[in-house]
Amino acid sequence: MSESSAASDGCAVRATQLTRRFGDFTAVDGVDFAVSTGEVFGFLGANGAGKTTVIRMLCGLLAPSAGEARVAGFSVNRQPDAVKRHIGYMSQKFSLYGDLTVGENLQLYGGVYGLKRHDAEDRGRELLSRLDLEQAADRLPTALPLGFRQRLALGCAVLHRPRILFLDEPTGGVDPVARRKFWDLIYELADGGATVFVTTHYMDEAEYCGRVSIMDRGRIVALDTPDELKKQNGARTMQDVFLKVIRP
Amino acid sequence: MTSAASTIPHLRFAGVRKSYGGTSAVAGLSLDANAGEIFGLIGPDGAGKTTAMRIACALLLPDAGTVAMLGHDVVTSPQSVKRHVGYMPQRFSLYGDLTVAENIRFFADMYDVPSAQRREQEERLMQFSRLAPFRGRRAAQLSGGMKQKLALSCTLIHTPEVLILDEPTTGVDPLSRQEFWAILKQLAADGHALLVSTPYMDEAELCDRVALMHHGQALAAGTPGEIKAGFTRRLLEITGQDALTALRRLTQKRNELAVSVNRFGDRIHIVYDEDRQRENVLSLLRGLDMSARHVEPDIEDVFVERMEREERTA
Amino acid sequence: MKRIRAIAHKEFLHVVRDPRSLLLAILMPMMMVFLYGYAIDMDMKKLKVAVMDLDQSAASRDLVRRMTSSGFISDAARLTSRTEIERGFRRDLFRAAMIIPRGFEESLQRNRTTAVQFLLDGADETSAAAASNYLNATIALVNRERAGQRLEAPIEARTRVLYNPQLVSAHFIVPGLAAVVLILVCALLTSIAITREKETGTLEQVLTTPVRPLQVIVGKIIPYTAIAALDTVLVFVVGHFVFHVPMTGSWLLLALYSLIYLIVALGLGLLISAAVQTQKLAMMLALVGTLLPTIMLSGFVFPISSMPVVLRIISRIIPATYYLEIVRGVMLRGDAWFPVQFAVLTGMAVLLLVAASRSFRMRLES
Repeated sequence: MSESSAASDGCAVRATQLTRRFGDFTAVDGVDFAVSTGEVFGFLGANGAGKTTVIRMLCGLLAPSAGEARVAGFSVNRQPDAVKRHIGYMSQKFSLYGDLTVGENLQLYGGVYGLKRHDAEDRGRELLSRLDLEQAADRLPTALPLGFRQRLALGCAVLHRPRILFLDEPTGGVDPVARRKFWDLIYELADGGATVFVTTHYMDEAEYCGRVSIMDRGRIVALDTPDELKKQNGARTMQDVFLKVIRP
Repeated sequence: MTSAASTIPHLRFAGVRKSYGGTSAVAGLSLDANAGEIFGLIGPDGAGKTTAMRIACALLLPDAGTVAMLGHDVVTSPQSVKRHVGYMPQRFSLYGDLTVAENIRFFADMYDVPSAQRREQEERLMQFSRLAPFRGRRAAQLSGGMKQKLALSCTLIHTPEVLILDEPTTGVDPLSRQEFWAILKQLAADGHALLVSTPYMDEAELCDRVALMHHGQALAAGTPGEIKAGFTRRLLEITGQDALTALRRLTQKRNELAVSVNRFGDRIHIVYDEDRQRENVLSLLRGLDMSARHVEPDIEDVFVERMEREERTA
Repeated sequence: MKRIRAIAHKEFLHVVRDPRSLLLAILMPMMMVFLYGYAIDMDMKKLKVAVMDLDQSAASRDLVRRMTSSGFISDAARLTSRTEIERGFRRDLFRAAMIIPRGFEESLQRNRTTAVQFLLDGADETSAAAASNYLNATIALVNRERAGQRLEAPIEARTRVLYNPQLVSAHFIVPGLAAVVLILVCALLTSIAITREKETGTLEQVLTTPVRPLQVIVGKIIPYTAIAALDTVLVFVVGHFVFHVPMTGSWLLLALYSLIYLIVALGLGLLISAAVQTQKLAMMLALVGTLLPTIMLSGFVFPISSMPVVLRIISRIIPATYYLEIVRGVMLRGDAWFPVQFAVLTGMAVLLLVAASRSFRMRLES
């Protein structure tokens, strides 16, 4: 009980001096931040800044070298399995099974997350309609446009109604219209109480986030609302903010 | 330069069609890209951008229409076309187990770059891409931005007049993107013709001309300014503390009001046509801590509006 | 030429930088030779030969001594009548009998080709085939040793298999292994050479250069020929020194014939690689397309002469059939000249390389 009470302080994710070293290379260097429940949190940074390493630690896939992080009230250091039960993760590669249909992919993840058969079916049907995938239910993901695959990957990540959703470059290579649709879904999830932790290289998407952090070489160099960041840096757009705070 | 040569565009698509099985990928595309120009292809996944680019590089045969590269037809003289074009596919297509220098040298050999020019050309590419310190590193171990610069270097090794780049900056961070675009601008200034596809709307603004691709056709083409001037509707931006409530009310009534509602972070964009509609929107927001102002559209607004119009008529 | 060299160099770097595939290319043939080799070697060590010396001369005793000194043939019994041979076979006292005819020495002294007769127990056909193989080879060795001596006329082995006479043509399993192992490894090596580039997308970039299909094919085949040549050397070294397969002919000639065979095998892999889209499918095709027909239909295990007509015709389009004839001829009989086999294999090599570069598409298929 004492473990889950930490979740009630309003923080879905709290990282304290989180550090990860690979040999003598420090990928993540004493990172501190907190994400509130229901927040859409943008996690930006240059290629190789350490974003993916942070996400892997928060998802319980990689142990921190020092410091700690609590996700949904559980410690990623000591309770990685409990963390995994309460989160959804969507990788930039859209890890789908190409030889299973859209419906079968959803059913499969229902099984993976241990949903009862008819629960999984109900939830699958609900997501097909919410994600606008009904007409594609019997088709193979490989035969569908990227935007469809992306929505299906999201569906697979939220099937078990996770409290916290990690999206690693969910919109890479997707066109503006599909991206807008996707962000509508992200807001819907956030309005429903889920916390969304999202990385992106699209600076216009950074504007869609409630708060934004920018990582550079293993450290967080900026963290605030987009408007506040723009004000602080005297910048017109998030693109300008990014270019100002990252050392070339 | 003879006057005849200057009248031929570097790259010309004329009524190009291509379909796979029953589905049409490119449906009558015509466009010209000239020397010293960056021409942007913008459109959703599946709009036919990649297919069009592959046809221009003689990798695919068109079903109908012609593509000419400095007057060479891609169907009848693919070998001549290949000497004049540098193509960078969407997927990273270099050898990950070869070093930076080995990749460049391999493509120099493929293009038969004479040994006299080769060293100079290699050095020049290393300089401008700033890859010189990494020449001995395997390509697979480069960062995303460096990979893209290496790929660009390999497509430039034979100094082609035309460059075709398929989403060269996808998955690349903003800093590397800015650097990459500075290189593209320099190449255009040097007299190359560039055809570039991108999903980034801010990059569309950096092109000299753009075409909005949809279902294999160019919906609109012109300078970014001309494209934006073609936006026939009006745009209202709403900001304030009660954004969530405002958004909920607006999305519920969007069909009734006949307006489009798009959310950008804490801002809401309303696309409308008549004053009456604006009044309706404002009255719906009465009592909320929100303010509204008229804004000019950017390319993304135009793009979304054109796409929605297409979807409605389809 | 520059392009071919560039492609060959690049392909060589791929191989060198992927130690796992290189290890596989070297280890797999070794493993196959040892596995098959030992299975057959077991029988060899036990080969007991009875001797019926009807001549009782210095020459006949010399022959027996030379035969047994090889270490694989033990002088199991001295016989005086043919009925003892059949009795010995039935009681499993020995597997083969050598009959040296009366007048053996005299015939040699008159410089005439002189026959000795071997009788084999054909009940266990594999070991009988192997025994026949060894006895023939041992005679060939003895002949070579005797060359330059006083009695120069060759001795000829006349082998007869009792109980299962058809076995005579199912000879020579050990050298035949080379044919199987080499075609399998070569075809597997090259089957992924182009499909890998299709899967990783690097081919798309290469196709936008003015390179020609034949340049790609030739460039790719060169480094793999080097690896395959190394494999060939290893296979024959192991065969000769570990399993004591005799070599009566010329190593140089064997190497030259083997080279042609390697190119046929590599070309087959490249044809598959050019025609299909995925590495998985290419490897499956290479495996099924080489291993099964080569083992079943080349004469490696089952004698071609006892096959139905249809299979006999099919066996003529299998490269290993010709290579087997060459290897047996060179190693066991010391033959040098195989015009038909050489012509057929060369024709196949050219045909496969042309077919591979024809089916290599300069455009992206969809």
